[in-house]
Amino acid sequence: MRPLTLRRLLLQCFALLVILFVVVVIAIKFGAVPVSLYALGRDLWNVLLHQRTNISSDYVLIIQNIRLPRILLGIMVGASLSVAGTSFQALLRNPLADPYVLGVSSGAGLGAILALIVEPHVTLSPVFAALLTPLGAFLGAAATVTVVYLLGRREGQIDSTTLLLGGVITASFISAIIMFLMSTLTGNLRGLSFWLMGDLSTPLQKSVYWFLGIGFLGASGAIYTTASDLNLLLAGEKEAMHLGVDVPRVRLVVYIAASLLTGLAVSVSGAIGYVGLIVPHVMRLIFGCLQPRLAEPLPLYSRTRWRVPLLRLMNSPSAP
Amino acid sequence: MSPGSSHARHLAEAGRLANEIRLSVEQVSYAYSANPAQAPLFTLEATSFQARPGEIVAILGPNASGKSTLLKLIAGALAPLSGRILLNGFVTHSLTPRTRAQRIAVVQQESRLLFPARAWEFVLQGRHAHGRSLRFESEDDIIIAKNALAQVGAADLSDRWMDQISGGEKQRVILARALAQQPLLLLLDEPTLHLDIAAQIGLLDALRRLAAANRYTVVVVTHELNLAAEYADQVVLMQRGRCLRVGPPINIYQRELLEQVFQTPLTVELGSSGRPRVTVLAGTET
Repeated sequence: MRPLTLRRLLLQCFALLVILFVVVVIAIKFGAVPVSLYALGRDLWNVLLHQRTNISSDYVLIIQNIRLPRILLGIMVGASLSVAGTSFQALLRNPLADPYVLGVSSGAGLGAILALIVEPHVTLSPVFAALLTPLGAFLGAAATVTVVYLLGRREGQIDSTTLLLGGVITASFISAIIMFLMSTLTGNLRGLSFWLMGDLSTPLQKSVYWFLGIGFLGASGAIYTTASDLNLLLAGEKEAMHLGVDVPRVRLVVYIAASLLTGLAVSVSGAIGYVGLIVPHVMRLIFGCLQPRLAEPLPLYSRTRWRVPLLRLMNSPSAP
Repeated sequence: MSPGSSHARHLAEAGRLANEIRLSVEQVSYAYSANPAQAPLFTLEATSFQARPGEIVAILGPNASGKSTLLKLIAGALAPLSGRILLNGFVTHSLTPRTRAQRIAVVQQESRLLFPARAWEFVLQGRHAHGRSLRFESEDDIIIAKNALAQVGAADLSDRWMDQISGGEKQRVILARALAQQPLLLLLDEPTLHLDIAAQIGLLDALRRLAAANRYTVVVVTHELNLAAEYADQVVLMQRGRCLRVGPPINIYQRELLEQVFQTPLTVELGSSGRPRVTVLAGTET
């Protein structure tokens, strides 16, 4: 018997943070313009000491303005999608569930596009205007989750297979609507294909970062409070109820929080697929399945570790 | 004697009786219907029985007689159409899931696992209702889980994977999880299904021992007439949604009654233990 203790959990989180740090350094270093570790360390040191004059222009141009924001965004998006994926997998009792497969990402994409279409026609203060897209994405995600959930019910119980089928169908349907909008709309909507492909390189306003950060902390915190309930839900709703889980409450909390997370991620990065599917399984391989606090180390681990450097390497000619 | 003292004596008497009865099923009925406008697909007619701490109650009856429905009603998973079920004076259906799980443990026919777990992790799930949601398992929880495994003779299975142990071993670990809940009432839905005869007897011996030692009230739904006769203190006999008889096995196990309920020719004799024994006369029909 080796139950999870606070000490072990902190150790695991620390190990994941170290890995994350290494990956971030690698992501900063590699790209179209190579940056030496020494120069990077020197510049970071100067930044810490507030010695602005000693900081090289390379650092400001490439790292501060391009690579770092993108890495931070990758971290947040990856964390959001993985937490959402983990909770969907537990709640729906299906190892294939993930925001992308269930159509939630597409729904969020559609919501975001609709918000972009509406935006020029309403007058809002700049702060609210920047938040309109995340809000649309969240509403789109929430609406899709509701539709998929209703489609997946059979005689009042969630049927896993029906639910996945419902998700796949909904996703295709929403993608079709997005395609239709892409083909009929003109004008610059930040390149609509962005919503289908996923992209981390779009510059964002500061308020969006705050919105994203607070939304992520709030929603993951809410999911974290249901972590041990979710572990029991893996065995089925009836069994979980007999073990003392308030199933309707957990379902409500997780649906809202996971939709919020997906909506946030999609509103800034488009529909990035399969992070929410794969990362939870990798975590289970490493840390075991019934970890009472599986939701906890996840955000740390999942921060799109390989995705950021990979995407950046692929994009390197256009984006140093 | 003054009327006041007589009243007090009555109250004391009532209190003693209330202490004696742990589970009280009072005129409970239920109806399943796919569509409220149509006639129900299945009805459970008013059923009553009572059970004391340490007692084993077996619910017997052919398929579709309402055994599992009655068990779900007792577990509080379904709300009765009429009547009520009291556990130590509390209506089971109106307890919160958490409080209910602290008092009632349910062992179902099969426990599906989506992702593999070790036996000890599985047993620790039984402690869920006793902890706060953000709390880590305490030393006490771990001791209780270990004891539960030991009580069902499965201490050596602790570190094994649940999907790599035999059906009988699995059933014992599931029972251990129920024990880890430290319930007042233990409900089992066909616990001996898929078990060989030695495992069946092992499980029921363990149940009888645990019921006596921990003062559990045990309610078992089963198809095993002879095991029920051997181990139950009370039998609830059901047929097509009706509760036909309630009482000790010796009163219920009558040839004509059982033949009529189970639609099978059989004989009933007294076994060496003083309990009735049923022999099904298969192949004697002409």
